Amino acid sequence: MSENAIVVDGLRKRFGSVAALDGIDLEVPPGAVFGLLGPNGAGKTTTVRVLATVLRPDGGRAEVLGHDVARDPTAVRRRIGLAGQAAAVDPNLTGRENLRMVGVLSQLPRAEVKRRAAELLERFDLTAAADRPLRTYSGGMRRRLDVAASLMSRPPILFLDEPTTGLDVANRGELWEMIRELVSEGTTVLLTTQYLEEADRLAARIAVVDGGKVIANDTPSRLKAQPGTTVIEMGISGDGRAERACGLLVGSLGSRVEREGQTLRITSDRGAQILIEVLRVLDGEGLEPDSLTVRQPSIDDAFLALTGRHAEQGAGRDLANQAAPARRTAVSR
Amino acid sequence: MSTTSVSVPAGERRIPLGVVRDTLEITRRNLIAYMRVPQLLIFSTVQPVIFVLLFRYAFGGAVKLPGFQYPYVDYLMPGIFVQTVVFGSIATAIGMATDLKSGLTERFRALPMSRSAVMAGRTLADLQRNVFVVILMMAVGFAVGWRVHTSVAGLVGGGLLVLLFGYAMSWVFAAVGLAVGDPESAQAASFPVLAPLVFASGAFVPVITMPGWLQAFANHQPVSAAATAVRALTAGGPTATVVWHSIAWDLGILIVFAPLTVRLYRRAV
Repeated sequence: MSENAIVVDGLRKRFGSVAALDGIDLEVPPGAVFGLLGPNGAGKTTTVRVLATVLRPDGGRAEVLGHDVARDPTAVRRRIGLAGQAAAVDPNLTGRENLRMVGVLSQLPRAEVKRRAAELLERFDLTAAADRPLRTYSGGMRRRLDVAASLMSRPPILFLDEPTTGLDVANRGELWEMIRELVSEGTTVLLTTQYLEEADRLAARIAVVDGGKVIANDTPSRLKAQPGTTVIEMGISGDGRAERACGLLVGSLGSRVEREGQTLRITSDRGAQILIEVLRVLDGEGLEPDSLTVRQPSIDDAFLALTGRHAEQGAGRDLANQAAPARRTAVSR
Repeated sequence: MSTTSVSVPAGERRIPLGVVRDTLEITRRNLIAYMRVPQLLIFSTVQPVIFVLLFRYAFGGAVKLPGFQYPYVDYLMPGIFVQTVVFGSIATAIGMATDLKSGLTERFRALPMSRSAVMAGRTLADLQRNVFVVILMMAVGFAVGWRVHTSVAGLVGGGLLVLLFGYAMSWVFAAVGLAVGDPESAQAASFPVLAPLVFASGAFVPVITMPGWLQAFANHQPVSAAATAVRALTAGGPTATVVWHSIAWDLGILIVFAPLTVRLYRRAV
């Protein structure tokens, strides 16, 4: 099947005076993870809500497996699952009761509801907790049940709205593994995330969303190549020295040079050659750097190049903070 | 297994009486919440019991009852039943708002289910809770000396009238919950509406003892209508007019609020 699973064309949605979606265009190929990446308020969740028929768009068109979300929402609802920050579960029901409720309301036959619930509880490692109210679940368990609920009707299209936000590293890894499994079985997954790493690891294609528009739409590797093939990061301490170095480099290099406090970041396509030039310029002025890193660009660099800001201040750092102790634990074992 | 292929959406199969099935499932879910969260049931039972005791023993002696031949407790209890279901309906507002805030409503909206089942299921669950609470309050009433001076049919009819009124109020407060969208605000928004309806009425004291301007309000509102009708059914007197008057109020409320609530639900996120 070469036809797209989801087609979005000029989608618009306003909330009062705010244009949450300002003409979103997307084509999501079937059987893969498609990442919607962007900071809070970029329009990721609104896009998912429109595609899941929760919100009606003000303008534009969106089709899920050939069914228009505004004209035939019921046909769309029969083919989708929704999980993540947008959809919730009932804290007073047990895990099994929640799955049962979603199964019945998905119009599954009773016998199938029972069988499917047991199967998903097993698959998501929740069988032991199946008959406890959700109030007693940990955050990770609750999120797993949330995803399980969205899979009750075996939807060919799955919307995961920031599914790993607030999860620790171990739970995040487990969920990533489950998403890969679903895709290998043929499910199309539309995943929204603030985490660059998550989009990079899971998605076959990423649309970067900012201000209600798609500002880039490519494979992770080509997105990473966008800002240039080489990133040089330098720390230069001392009063005004970083600022002076930045001015000099901007004047002489003709490449992207950014400064954040005492850190300079240079992105370029000219590889090692640029490094020699940078050091020559700085050495001539006695501005030798305290630290220097030459690396491949990350999606964060791509995001920075596209939007002029880091993706979600804190979100990336959050990931790093959570990853660091885990690594340390691994070492001490 | 080829039968579980993802290319065949399960929901395509037709389930007969889908609306009924969806509604019963939502009802079941809300009733489970009442069982598992005892605070909800305690809130809707302990408070009316305190009202019975206060009005019966603290205020009752001071209430003049022109034209009422029985003790105050026989005047009071019909008002208590009505008050109980009215205040109980705040739970409907809180429940709708909680689901809206938690995102459960969002999940329902992305499911191929009947739209009205969410409200119908919620109000049916509240109706079942009211059956329990009204029977409990009747028992409390008998314990403090309440007597039915008509017949078993009058008692049952009075109970049914209270339940119909409570059901209508559930739709009103489902709308409040959806309009407010936040459980704390739903509770805060409900009380200022309910207090005048319940206390500036014929539920606890005869309307005739109020100043003229207040009588105008108290005589023309649904709490008075329900309390008066239930009182006629349990203490005696002409019943037909007052009972129809109360039923007309309830149907009027349902005709206005059921479509309004469903429309609010369609618009709410």
